[in-house]
Amino acid sequence: MQTDTKILQVTNLKKHYNGEEIKALDGVSLDINQGDVVVIIGPSGSGKSTFLRSLNLLEQPTSGSIVFEGVDITKKKFTDADGKVKKLNIDDYRKKMGMVFQHFNLFPHMTILKNMTLAPVKVKGMNEEEAKQKALTLLNRVGLGDRADAYPAQLSGGQKQRVAIVRALMMEPAVMLFDEPTSALDPEMVGEVLEVMKELAQTGMTMIIVTHEMGFAREVGKRVIFMDAGKIVEQGGPEDIFANPQNPRLKAFLKKVL
Amino acid sequence: MLSSAGFAKTFQYIDLFKQGVVCTVSLSVLTVFFGFIIALFLAILRISKLHPFDYLATAYVEVFRATPMLVQLFIVYYVFFGNVSLPSFKLFGFIRFERFLPGVVALAMNSGAYLSEIIRAGIQSIDVGQTEAARSLGMSSFQTMKSVILPQAVKNILPAIANEFVTIIKESSICYTIGVQDIMYAVSATKGATYRIAEPLVIATLVYFCLTFPTSKIIAYFERRMARADRH
Repeated sequence: MQTDTKILQVTNLKKHYNGEEIKALDGVSLDINQGDVVVIIGPSGSGKSTFLRSLNLLEQPTSGSIVFEGVDITKKKFTDADGKVKKLNIDDYRKKMGMVFQHFNLFPHMTILKNMTLAPVKVKGMNEEEAKQKALTLLNRVGLGDRADAYPAQLSGGQKQRVAIVRALMMEPAVMLFDEPTSALDPEMVGEVLEVMKELAQTGMTMIIVTHEMGFAREVGKRVIFMDAGKIVEQGGPEDIFANPQNPRLKAFLKKVL
Repeated sequence: MLSSAGFAKTFQYIDLFKQGVVCTVSLSVLTVFFGFIIALFLAILRISKLHPFDYLATAYVEVFRATPMLVQLFIVYYVFFGNVSLPSFKLFGFIRFERFLPGVVALAMNSGAYLSEIIRAGIQSIDVGQTEAARSLGMSSFQTMKSVILPQAVKNILPAIANEFVTIIKESSICYTIGVQDIMYAVSATKGATYRIAEPLVIATLVYFCLTFPTSKIIAYFERRMARADRH
């Protein structure tokens, strides 16, 4: 499943606040290939969420580049296949990057079904009926087919997050970004969300996951990235990272969390 | 002082008060409607950070909140509409349009400034995660505002908007100074005809109270119901 087609190439990404005072990201470079499942771990404030949120420009990086499907999306303009310079509309790229948030961020004034069909209909111009059928198929896949007409407030945290995942999948993204998707869940609901993510990984979806679930990182991650103080400190396969860590900061971190 | 003879005289002019009610209610409804549109526009400009439009919107709000309503009304009526000849037809057969329209414009401009602060607070009370979720799905900032943020914000601020309606019913009384035939105009006309002031004022007080009190009670009822719906 994993090929060498690069989906995302991040080069020397920096995010500074207050001039140079706070360096949330201090030169991060990372390539993401098709079918990659990259898990980012690290202590609080290490910049892992900032990094993830920079990938679809929810955070505007101070410098560096993010090349997504051949286009540097941090720039205002890009050159298309015919060599013409065009204005870059970030919405065109965001719709190809699904994002799942810690706090679900479902739209509380809409039913589950409407939550899922809104963007495909408005952004992609998908026909309402087609969107509905697609949504029901996806909801069935995550065991929530009977909750299509419920409102988010009627769902448990785990159910909300499963909906948030399939809502993002409605747009058929090339990559899925997960920002601590289980951190706001009651412990007994973490499993059901991780299960959905695991199944998604098995379908070959390219995923970048910021998480504190080390067991999940080890089991599902194809690559594990350890970040600290805005930098990638160590990266490798899950066995290397968890069984044979090299960097003292990673060793200290694993000692605390495992 | 009050006397039954005074009331008897005043009641001869009760039709003026009935017309006053029609006028005051139409004035208030139109004011809140146009005020809301102005306010929505101002609130979005202020949030937009689109220089210099956000500054202009802020300046507008500050000027209207910091100056007397009466001054604003006179400027609109005597200065803005001073050299404009409006068609002089009568709404409902009695309301003089050329006075009514400037009244609506002045009240709506004033109310728009206040309502824009309510709307702005309503928009900003919506969790930023809602915007992030919508934008991450590829929705534009306009689509996000229209489909995700405003429906939630408006629901939250509906009681405040309804209260503004009650305020406008009371404040619209100022329009009698430019000859709009509202309830206070009926008082003034009755006074001129009967040389009685206390009785017309008592009636005006009762009429205003009968308009605003049930309105606030109805609002409070819907507010409670909406709060219950949110709890599911």
